[in-house]
Amino acid sequence: MEKRRVEIEINGEVYTAEVEPRLLLSDFIRYEAGLTGTHVGCEHGVCGACTVQLDGDPIRSCLLLAVQAAGRQVRTVEGLTQGLPEGELHPLQQAFHETHGLQCGYCTPGFLTALEPLLLREQMPSDEEIREALAGNLCRCTGYQNIFKAVKLALRRVQSERAAAPLQEGGD
Amino acid sequence: MKPAPFAYHDPRSLEDALDLLAEHAEQGKILAGGQSLLPLLNLRLAYPEHLIDINRVADLSGVRRRDGVLRIGATTRQSTLERSPLIAEGWPLLSEAIRYVAHPPIRNRGTVGGSVAHADPTAELPVAFTALGAKAHVASKRGRRVIDLADFFITHLTTALAEDELLVELEVPPLAPGTGHCFTEFARRHGDFALGGVATLVTVDPEGACSRAVIVLLGAGPTPVRAEQAEAELIGPQIDSKRAASAARLAAELVEAGEGSEVSKTYRKKLIGSLTRQAIETAAARSREESAAAIGQTPAPRES
Repeated sequence: MEKRRVEIEINGEVYTAEVEPRLLLSDFIRYEAGLTGTHVGCEHGVCGACTVQLDGDPIRSCLLLAVQAAGRQVRTVEGLTQGLPEGELHPLQQAFHETHGLQCGYCTPGFLTALEPLLLREQMPSDEEIREALAGNLCRCTGYQNIFKAVKLALRRVQSERAAAPLQEGGD
Repeated sequence: MKPAPFAYHDPRSLEDALDLLAEHAEQGKILAGGQSLLPLLNLRLAYPEHLIDINRVADLSGVRRRDGVLRIGATTRQSTLERSPLIAEGWPLLSEAIRYVAHPPIRNRGTVGGSVAHADPTAELPVAFTALGAKAHVASKRGRRVIDLADFFITHLTTALAEDELLVELEVPPLAPGTGHCFTEFARRHGDFALGGVATLVTVDPEGACSRAVIVLLGAGPTPVRAEQAEAELIGPQIDSKRAASAARLAAELVEAGEGSEVSKTYRKKLIGSLTRQAIETAAARSREESAAAIGQTPAPRES
């Protein structure tokens, strides 16, 4: 089948390749772009390990053809530490680390990219809303409790930072 | 596994999409959200030779209200429906139903039209749109037609769409004043395919008597099932628990699904009966709120 030339921006960098239409975005990310942080679990949309952000929205990269992402902006787990000082983690990653929210780490990138938009919320989401936000990602190792704790911890930190920020502007 | 090879087309206009559909009707498949199709391709349960990607077709998505009637473009993302204040205000049954559809990443790509055209027997949107009396606007090279959703679902994964036809829009009439809604379902885990569910609308007059009821069952059979006898049971004076329960029993009698599936028919009957009773009570309570609000919207002028 005819190959197509596609250009996909991932974490701010444009990757170009000649691909078969049937190439999944997950495979483009891993093999063409060499970004292996995005993992492939079930390859039919239920496990969430392959979750990335497309133009800011979390999606299943195993359920999108690479040709469909042409000209779009993709953000993977590798993008979370972009622009941060060497060694510093994204608030979500830091929280996962502290609460032991990962063991083998296979599901973790999917959780992080799926959860990042939650941190943009103005108000603290309820426990029920947090559980709902976690529901689309499967983890075989942790039993989810520590992942839940990680999300709450990250949210608390991000929200208190946001609340503190206006005070730093200082008026006359 | 990976999809089998296919020829990929991404038309930019509806006309081009319909031309492609006419040409490749037999060996072609429409790609919209892809959240049901890609799993089938990845597992090689389906291997169409042509894929017609309609995501870049102009003017096929959007949520609009014109003369009180809701019009939803077929490629509107489910998450757009979820976030729409217009729909939350005028058609809250849809806002309630959409939250049961899979998970946010699926809803960010899945389309409203795709869910209806795919016609999975446990899908939420077909049931909700059926309850709302929606119509499907369908196009092909041969012309356009409008299909009542009551006539749209033939059996599981099979609709009244001809091979060369594309669902382009869903049209939903406004709800009558004093109408309360409830959509509920039960799945083992949040976001899983439902084991059973129901969409209910109850309309009451200012005295609280029920003038209209709609009950559509999810998972009772290969298509959404309208429980007409149960509906008739609810018409009359204000709905109480006793009538809700007897209506639910009538609805449960319609449950046919279950043989050979993960839960038995007996289980499904009990589940759907129970959900229907809960939904009727919730919709009835909401209808009384709606009725009170409708009256309250014309306050008497205050003396100053």
